[in-house]
Amino acid sequence: MLNKPSRYLKLSGLEPLIITPDSNFINVGERTNVAGSKKFLRLIKERKLEEALDVARHQVEGGAQIIDINMDDGLIDGKEAMVNFLNLIASEPDIARVPIMIDSSKWEIIEAGLQVVQGKCVVNSISLKEGEAEFIRQATLIKRYGAAVIVMAFDEVGQADTYERRVEIAQRSYDVLVNQVNFPPEDIIFDLNIFPVATGMDEHRKNALDFIEGTRWVRNNLPYCSVSGGVSNVSFSFRGNNPVREAMHSVFLYHAIEAGMNMGIVNPALLEVYDDIPADLLEHVEDVILNRRDDATERLLEFAETVVGKAKESKVDLSWRKEPLQNRITRALVKGIDQYIVEDVEEARLLASRPLEVIEGNLMKGMNVVGDLFGSGKMFLPQVVKSARVMKKAVAHLTPFIEASKDKNTAAAGKILMATVKGDVHDIGKNIVSVVLACNNYEIVDLGVMVPPEVIIQKAKDEQVDVIGLSGLITPSLDEMVFLAKEMERQSFSVPLLIGGATTSKAHTAVKIDPVYSQSVVHVNDASRAVTVVGDLLKKETSDGYKKAIKLDYESFRDKFLNRSKQKEYLSIDDARKNKLKIDWKPEDIVKPNQMGIQVLEDFDLKKLQDYIDWSPFFRSWDLHGKYPNILTDEIVGKQATELFEDAKTMLDEILDQKLLKAKAVFGIFPANQIEDDDIKLELEGTQPFIFRTLRQQLKKRAGVPNIALADFIAPKSSGIQDYVGCFCVTTGFGTQELASSYEKNLDDYGSIMVKALADRLAEAFAEYLHKEVRTKYWGYTSTESLSNTELIDEKYQGIRPAPGYPACPDHLEKLTIWELLQVKERIGVELTDSLAMWPAASVSGYYFAHPEAKYFGLGKIQKDQVEDFAKRKDIAISEAEKWLAPNIVEN
Amino acid sequence: MSKIEKLLEEHILVLDGAMGTMLQRYAFKEEDFRGDRFKDWKHPLMGNNDLLSLTQPDAIAEVHRKYFEAGADIVETNTFSGTTIAMADYHMEELVYELNYQSAKIAKEVAQEFTEKDPTKPRFVAGSIGPTNKTASMSPDVNDPGFRAISFDELRIAYKEQVEALLDGGADILLVETIFDTLNAKAALFAIEEVKEERNIHVPVMVSGTITDASGRTLSGQTAEAFLISISHLPILTVGFNCALGASQLVPHLEVLSAKTEFGVSAHPNAGLPNAFGAYDETPEQMAAQIKEYLEKGLVNIVGGCCGTTPEHIKAIADLAAQFQPRKLEQETVS
Repeated sequence: MLNKPSRYLKLSGLEPLIITPDSNFINVGERTNVAGSKKFLRLIKERKLEEALDVARHQVEGGAQIIDINMDDGLIDGKEAMVNFLNLIASEPDIARVPIMIDSSKWEIIEAGLQVVQGKCVVNSISLKEGEAEFIRQATLIKRYGAAVIVMAFDEVGQADTYERRVEIAQRSYDVLVNQVNFPPEDIIFDLNIFPVATGMDEHRKNALDFIEGTRWVRNNLPYCSVSGGVSNVSFSFRGNNPVREAMHSVFLYHAIEAGMNMGIVNPALLEVYDDIPADLLEHVEDVILNRRDDATERLLEFAETVVGKAKESKVDLSWRKEPLQNRITRALVKGIDQYIVEDVEEARLLASRPLEVIEGNLMKGMNVVGDLFGSGKMFLPQVVKSARVMKKAVAHLTPFIEASKDKNTAAAGKILMATVKGDVHDIGKNIVSVVLACNNYEIVDLGVMVPPEVIIQKAKDEQVDVIGLSGLITPSLDEMVFLAKEMERQSFSVPLLIGGATTSKAHTAVKIDPVYSQSVVHVNDASRAVTVVGDLLKKETSDGYKKAIKLDYESFRDKFLNRSKQKEYLSIDDARKNKLKIDWKPEDIVKPNQMGIQVLEDFDLKKLQDYIDWSPFFRSWDLHGKYPNILTDEIVGKQATELFEDAKTMLDEILDQKLLKAKAVFGIFPANQIEDDDIKLELEGTQPFIFRTLRQQLKKRAGVPNIALADFIAPKSSGIQDYVGCFCVTTGFGTQELASSYEKNLDDYGSIMVKALADRLAEAFAEYLHKEVRTKYWGYTSTESLSNTELIDEKYQGIRPAPGYPACPDHLEKLTIWELLQVKERIGVELTDSLAMWPAASVSGYYFAHPEAKYFGLGKIQKDQVEDFAKRKDIAISEAEKWLAPNIVEN
Repeated sequence: MSKIEKLLEEHILVLDGAMGTMLQRYAFKEEDFRGDRFKDWKHPLMGNNDLLSLTQPDAIAEVHRKYFEAGADIVETNTFSGTTIAMADYHMEELVYELNYQSAKIAKEVAQEFTEKDPTKPRFVAGSIGPTNKTASMSPDVNDPGFRAISFDELRIAYKEQVEALLDGGADILLVETIFDTLNAKAALFAIEEVKEERNIHVPVMVSGTITDASGRTLSGQTAEAFLISISHLPILTVGFNCALGASQLVPHLEVLSAKTEFGVSAHPNAGLPNAFGAYDETPEQMAAQIKEYLEKGLVNIVGGCCGTTPEHIKAIADLAAQFQPRKLEQETVS
C-alpha cells in the first residue's frame, strides 16, 4: 500500500489542491490569524466580519493556496469565532475554493472547526506534548473528520530545539500515527520549529541549520510526509531592518526548500528574490543561516547597519508587460503605473463590444483589487491616490468613445457631494477622501473650496446626491457646518451628512451638528474610514441598522460629553485675572530689538527652507502615521513612506529649481506693554495705537497654577519697563493653485495633492525660518542660538510664535488687527476670507513673544462673562463675539 | 477481503433502479400509506415512501424482486429518508429505527431468495442513506450566511441511528447517496466509522455524490475532484455519482473519479433529464446506449439507475454490463 504513486497530500476547498513532489512551495496565507495580525484581531473583536472576510479573500487573490485561520485570543470566544468565520467563508466561493488550515492550540476549537468544513482541511497542530494517549485520540478523530495534520516537533519533555531532538520526535510521532492510528502518512505535515538565528546567543547559532537538516532527514526517512513552518521567526532579531530580513527569509527558504520543506507560512511582502540579493549581503546572511563562521552573527550585525534604510533598488522590471491584458491593467492600477495604461485600455477597447465594458469590466476588476488591498491594510493612501490617477487617465481615454457610442454611464455605488465650507480654503483632506471614495466606485460631485451653503443645498438637490460631505480646517467652519445642517433639516433633506477636517471632532459633531439634523451625521476624519462609513450608510443591507446605531452612538457620546464638561469648574474672568501669570519683570530679561518696524521679504529663496521642513505632518496628511525619519523604516508603512518621501523630494526639487512657488513674508517688531491685564497695546509713531486683545484661561486650576493669557508674557505698563511684541505673515502659496490645476488637468490628483501638501510644509518651514531670523537677528534676543532642525521642531528655543486660530489664541478676529498693522494684503498679497482663513492656503501668521517665560498653552473653555467683556473691549456685538469664539465657550 | 470486494474485481456489478418510480405505479392513496397501524396518525402521511416498508411491505418486496429479476446484483433499501431529520416532516422520528430495520429485512429476504436460486450470482442489499433535507455547510437564509439549520453532531447522531438499524436488519453495504453537501456525507461517514469501531466489524461503504447542474459542481460548490478528496479519508468500496443528470452528462465527472481514485467507481444516473411534467422518458434502449460509453471507457465498477429508471432499464443495463470488463482497481493514477 505504501508504494502507491498517488500517495500525495491532497486537500480540498471547493477545488482540489494536490501537493506532489513537483509542486512548487505551497504558500499558506497567514493574515487571518488573530495572533499574527492586529488588524484581523480588531476586525474579529469588533465583529466587522465583512472586512475580516475581505482579509481572507485578499489572501486568496494574492496567491495563498491554503488559508490559516486562528482565533486564539483571550478576549474572544475562540470556538464561536472559529465556527462563525468558517461558516461565513463557506458562503464565499472565491475564498472557499482553497483549503482551510484550522489553527488553534485548543483541541475544542479545532474540533469545532472540523465540524463545519466540507473540504479536506489541515489541522494546525497536534503534538506529543500532552503524551501519547491524547495524541492518538486527537489523531484518530482528525482522521475520522477527514483532515490532514500538522505535527509540531514537541513532546512531553519540550520543544525540539536541536537536530537530534527534531529527528527523535518526528520519528516517534510518525510511528505512532502510521502504525497505531493508521493515519495516512501523506496527510502528515511536520512543523520542525523555526527559531531565530543571530540572536547573539551561541545555542541559537545552529537554529536554522538544524531545521534545514531536520527537514532533509524527515523527507528522506519518513515517506510521504510534508514539512512546513513559519518562516519569519528566523529573522526575529532583525526586526526593523527589512532588507536584511527579506534576504534572511529568502536564503532560509532557498536552503530549506532544497532540503524538502514544501509548504509554509511566508509573508510575501517580506521576501527578496534570492538571485536579487546583493552578493555581499548574501554571503553574510548565508554565513549566519548555515552557521558557516564563528563570527557570522557579529559580521551580519555590523553589515546590517550599512543596509538599514537603504531603499530597495528599483530595477525596472518590465516582464509584466508580457502578461495577459487584464493582468497588465490590474497591475498598472495596483502599482500606480500610468505609462502604459492608454495603450492597454485601447487594446481592451478594441476587444470589447462596447467601450463602456472596459470600465465596467477590466478597470473595475483592477480597482476592486486596489480596494481590497487598501481595505486589508496592504496598500496605503498614497498608492491609492496613484491608482486613481491611472484610473482617471484610462477613463479619459475612453470617454470620447463612450460618448460617441451614446452609452449611458454605469450606475455608481452612490453619488457624494464634497465641499469645503464657506470661508475655508483647505482641501487636501477633502481631496484625498474624494479620491478614495471615487476609487470605490462612488461618483463624486466636488464643489471645491469656499462653497456657500446655498450652493451646497442647490447642488445636492440638482444632482440628487446620496451623501453630503463637508470639510473644514479652521474653527469658523464649524459654525458653517452647523448652519448647513440646520438648513438641511429645514428643507427636509434625508441624505446623510459627513463631517471632516482638522478642526472637526466627534465631540463637536455630536454636540452641535447631530442634534440639529434628524438624519444621519457622521464624523469621519480619515480617508480609509470614509469608505466603510459611506458603504454602511448606503448599502441596503446595512443602512438602516447603521443609521440607527450611529444616531444612538452620538446621542450617548453627547450625553457623556456634556456631563463631563459640566463637572469642570470655572473662575469668573475677574478671579481668573487675579490668578494671572505673574512674571518677575526685570529689565535684563527684555532685549530691545535690533530692527524695529515693518520688514518685507519678497521673492525669498525657497531653497533656504529645505532644512526647516517638519516632515511628520506631511506623512500624516497622507494617513501615514509615525515620526520622521523613523517612519521611513517603519515595519508597516516604512516602504510606502519612503516611496512617498522620494516622490515628494522629486517634486520639491522641481519646485525649488524652477522656482514654481513664490515665498513672501511681512513682519514687524513694535514697542508694547500689557494694559488692563488682557490686552497688549502697541505704541507706533505717527498712527493711533494698535491693541491685541488676548483671551484668558478660566478653568479652575490647582493652587499655584496660573490662568494664562498671552498678554501675561508682555510687561505691564505699570512695571515701567518698555517691552516689545512682534507679528508676522509668511506665505509660500503663490503658484500652488496654478501648479495643482496643471496636475489636475493631467488627471493627476496625486500630483495636485502633493503640491498642496508641500506648499503647506514650506509655509511652516518659512515661519520656522523667519522666527529663527527674528530671534537671532532682527530682534536678536538670542544671538548665540544654534539648534538643529529637530530641536527647532521640538521648539527648544526661547520665545513663541502663536497663531490666531490656534489653541493659545483661538480668536481668528485678531488676524484682522495683524493685517491692518502690517498691511499684509497690500505688501505681500495674502488675503483673508469671510471666515478669516488666509488665501493662498499655504500661509502662516502669528505673534512673536520673546520673554524666557513665554510658552505655548491652550486656552481651553471660557465663560460668558469673558465673552461679554471681550466684545466690549473689541467694540463688537456680543453675538458677533459668540459666533467667533463658539467652540471655546463653556456649554451650559 | 469480503465477497463483494472480490466480485467487484471480476464483474461490473449492477445496482437497481428507482424505487419511487416503481411505487408510483401502485398509485397508493393516503389510506394505503397509513395502513391499519397509522390510520389515526395526526399528520398526513401520503408521500412518505419509506413508511410503505411498514404498511405495504409486499409492494416493497415486489419491487426488489423485479429488479433482481432484471439482473441487479444489489438492491437499495427503501430508506432514502430514514433519518430523524427527514422523518420530522411526518412527525415519525420515533419510528426511524423500525423503518430502517424492516426495510433492510424485506430487501435481505428477497436477496437471499434469489441467491439461493442461483448461488453463482449472489445478491446484496445496500442500505440507502439519503442526504436528509438540511445542509450543514450552507445557510438556508440568504440574509444570514453564517446560519446553519443543522449541525454536524445532529447529523452524526441521526445517521448513526439509521446505520445501526440498517445493519441490524441485514444490509450488506451502506450507500451514502445523492450527496449535495459534502459535509452531510462526512457526518454520515463519521457515524459509520463509530459504528464499525463499536461493533468491531467491516462494512463496505459506497459514497455517491450529486452534480447538480451543468456547472459541474455539487450543490455545496465542490468540483468532482474536490468532492473525491473530501470523502477519501476512510476506506470505502466505491465513490460515484447519482441523480440530477442523465447518463451522458455524467461522463466527464466519472472520468475525473476514475482517473483519480483507487476506490471503485459507481454511477446510477437518472433516465435522462425530467420533461416538462417532471417525468423521465428516456427509454431503456436510449439509456443503455449512453451507459455503453462508461463501459467502453472502463469508467465504472458498479452501474445502475436513479430517478425514472425501471426494471426494464436495469435489464438493458445488466445485459450490456455483462459484456464488458470492470474498471481496473488499484490502477496507476496520475494526478
